[in-house]
Amino acid sequence: MNADAPKPSAAADAKKTADPTQTHLVVALKHARPLTAVRFDPKLQYVFTGAEDNTVQRWKLADAQALAAGAKGADGKPLEVKPTLFEGHDSWVRAIGFSPDGKTLYTGGYDGQVITWDATADKPKPIRKFDAHNNQWVRAIVVSADGKQLATCGNDNLVKLWNAADGKLIREFKGHESHVYNVAFHPDGKSLASCDLKANFKHWEIATGKCVRDFKAEALHKYDTGFRADIGGARALAFSRDGKLLAAGGITNVTNAFAGIGNPAVAELDWESGKLKVLHVGKEAVNGVIWGLEQHVDGYWLGIAGSRGKGSNVYFWKPEAAQEFFKFNVPDVGRDMSLAADGVQFAVAHADGNLRIYRMEKKA
Amino acid sequence: MKCSYACRTADHVVSRRSFLGAVGAVGAGLGVSGFVQPAIAEQLQKNHKRILTIFLHGGVSQLESWDPKPNTDTGGPTRAIPTSVPGVHISELLPYTAKQMHRLTLVRGINTKNGDHGKGHIEMLTGRKKDPGQDYPHLGALAAKLLTPDKFALPGHIFVSGGGSSVAGPAYLGPKFAAVSLDGAKPPQYAERIAGMTEESDTRRNKFRASVNDHFAARRRSADTDAYTFSYDQAQQLLAKRDVFDLSKEPGKEHEKYGKSEFAQHLLMARRMLENGVPFVQVNHTNYDTHYENFDFHIEQLGEFDRPFATLIEDLAEREMLKDTLVVVMSEFGRTPKINASYGRDHWGNAWSVAMAGTGLKAGAVVGATNANGTAVTDREVDHGHLLHTYLRAVGVDSKGEFVIGGRKLPIADPSKSAIEEILA
Repeated sequence: MNADAPKPSAAADAKKTADPTQTHLVVALKHARPLTAVRFDPKLQYVFTGAEDNTVQRWKLADAQALAAGAKGADGKPLEVKPTLFEGHDSWVRAIGFSPDGKTLYTGGYDGQVITWDATADKPKPIRKFDAHNNQWVRAIVVSADGKQLATCGNDNLVKLWNAADGKLIREFKGHESHVYNVAFHPDGKSLASCDLKANFKHWEIATGKCVRDFKAEALHKYDTGFRADIGGARALAFSRDGKLLAAGGITNVTNAFAGIGNPAVAELDWESGKLKVLHVGKEAVNGVIWGLEQHVDGYWLGIAGSRGKGSNVYFWKPEAAQEFFKFNVPDVGRDMSLAADGVQFAVAHADGNLRIYRMEKKA
Repeated sequence: MKCSYACRTADHVVSRRSFLGAVGAVGAGLGVSGFVQPAIAEQLQKNHKRILTIFLHGGVSQLESWDPKPNTDTGGPTRAIPTSVPGVHISELLPYTAKQMHRLTLVRGINTKNGDHGKGHIEMLTGRKKDPGQDYPHLGALAAKLLTPDKFALPGHIFVSGGGSSVAGPAYLGPKFAAVSLDGAKPPQYAERIAGMTEESDTRRNKFRASVNDHFAARRRSADTDAYTFSYDQAQQLLAKRDVFDLSKEPGKEHEKYGKSEFAQHLLMARRMLENGVPFVQVNHTNYDTHYENFDFHIEQLGEFDRPFATLIEDLAEREMLKDTLVVVMSEFGRTPKINASYGRDHWGNAWSVAMAGTGLKAGAVVGATNANGTAVTDREVDHGHLLHTYLRAVGVDSKGEFVIGGRKLPIADPSKSAIEEILA
């Protein structure tokens, strides 16, 4: 879910003043229903969320900042910030991507549809809508660095490459034997990586559609013999900025699949060999799964772990260290996260319906 | 065998009877004589009705199966699809089943007021609340008692484990009507002559055993010695019927039709047993106890259930077996309309559904309803008691009748409840 390219930006590279140990909540914006996804747009005008009501919500960052600064409405009460709704899906949306200029929004839903939108429209309407995965869940959308192509994956066990301009299918990547949970563009633009429910990874050559190699992150999959079901997969997937590492967020040490008893983990794989370099886990063994994952321009990974009943933690891991160097507890279960291009803010989509925006710097 | 439930309650630590154990554990069988009106019992046994229960272990979500509520706060991401019955929609996770809807009957207004696995099992399989002072017979024991033809060579009550257990027993009907458990789609263990023993040796051995047994019984006959004798007799008959349990006897196209999953093989085995007249078969499919990621797991589990189940219904119809066979798809309860923070649904018995098909039912009928977001029953509320009466009536049993056990009259089903008449043919 959290693999939308492009990751690096001039803004992000310019600013490296973030200090995770100073992380604090800036503002909480409430939607009527539990949230499922979140992304900052590349130009930092908006934050987009998905929710359990099948809509996508656009929140103006300027409004959020005004509310955080104590702005009042005409009635003297705190400013009421309402999102603009993007209505067009017939099921939940957990996949959100943008064109590099932030003008075009792509959303993928559990209705199998990919919809193209004018991200800035006052009254947004679908520009284009197509059945991307045979009427089955679209689990992830990523946009190529040049903005010309979209890659999607879903419950039809396929990865697909689309022309962003007209929504035409360019190529299908066949080979996974279970639901494909995530996909990411390699920074070199020549390869895709995908991961399925059973934590089987595939390295695809974009130009030919050929599967170059297969590898597996055993730690992120389990067949629970008691429940007779598989649990696992990359709930979040991201390449490191230099393309040398592929990080997959999920759940490990599962002892009870149907109660989600297992620990959040990020499998950091060496891209060249496909072998596990580091399995990032928490110092304290809490139950949960990594739902969102980003690499900061300073090199460390941020991962949001949804943990039932105990709120959630945002973990900060250095690439070489298995355990976090810092952990920030957020007040409710986090289901996705997005790191802003300024490298200082991150947003979390919470199960309690709140979009919460945090800053990694000393509180003003 | 320990059953791994998400909630890990003591009810889930159960033992499974082995096949040999079942054959050897025959107690005071009642036969036709235990029924209040023996003539009716004989007629029932001649009619040769059968019941197949498919138990979706752990509690299937009604919202992801028989009673979807798309675009509501409880509906989740699952959409509804039309079925072969105009106006009736079920979950998109059951596309093959949707095409068989004209052969199914849905009960959508179930309120068992229970969210406990163990109690739910007992309620749904006995039609009674768990009562510390009294055990009630499992539906399979009732069927074995009431529907088994005279001198029938196979067990009357067979349980095909696909994970999970069948917790209720035969109660006062006696162990003769307890489930014989099969460990998957395999022939019963020990149902063939010991390797190395010739038929002649085996016959000599059995003659000797019978003579010693007769000698003993002549002076000290009891229910226990009768049970002992019955178990050997049944085992002998089973040797001759062993092929019933041999799936390799099915043509390749049948395997292809049902699919190769364990559950598909279990349903194919169930069809073979029903075809051979077994009065009651229970097939479990596990697991649906989805407190976490309910939607992913229901895609996975119902994806395994859908095609084999739809194939079975079509197959039974084509073989003209549905006119004599009742099929029931049940769980111990449903799942909460509220979606928890882990995308899960928890235990819920207040508004859920059961699907049925076959003999004695109005095909394509839907009875009962829940409100817009599935949080309450709004029409024709029923519970496990009404359902048990309905199953029995569907196979021709007067569910208001009684057994006479040791001179004591015991109602076949909960006398305070009655059948759901609207769906009975």
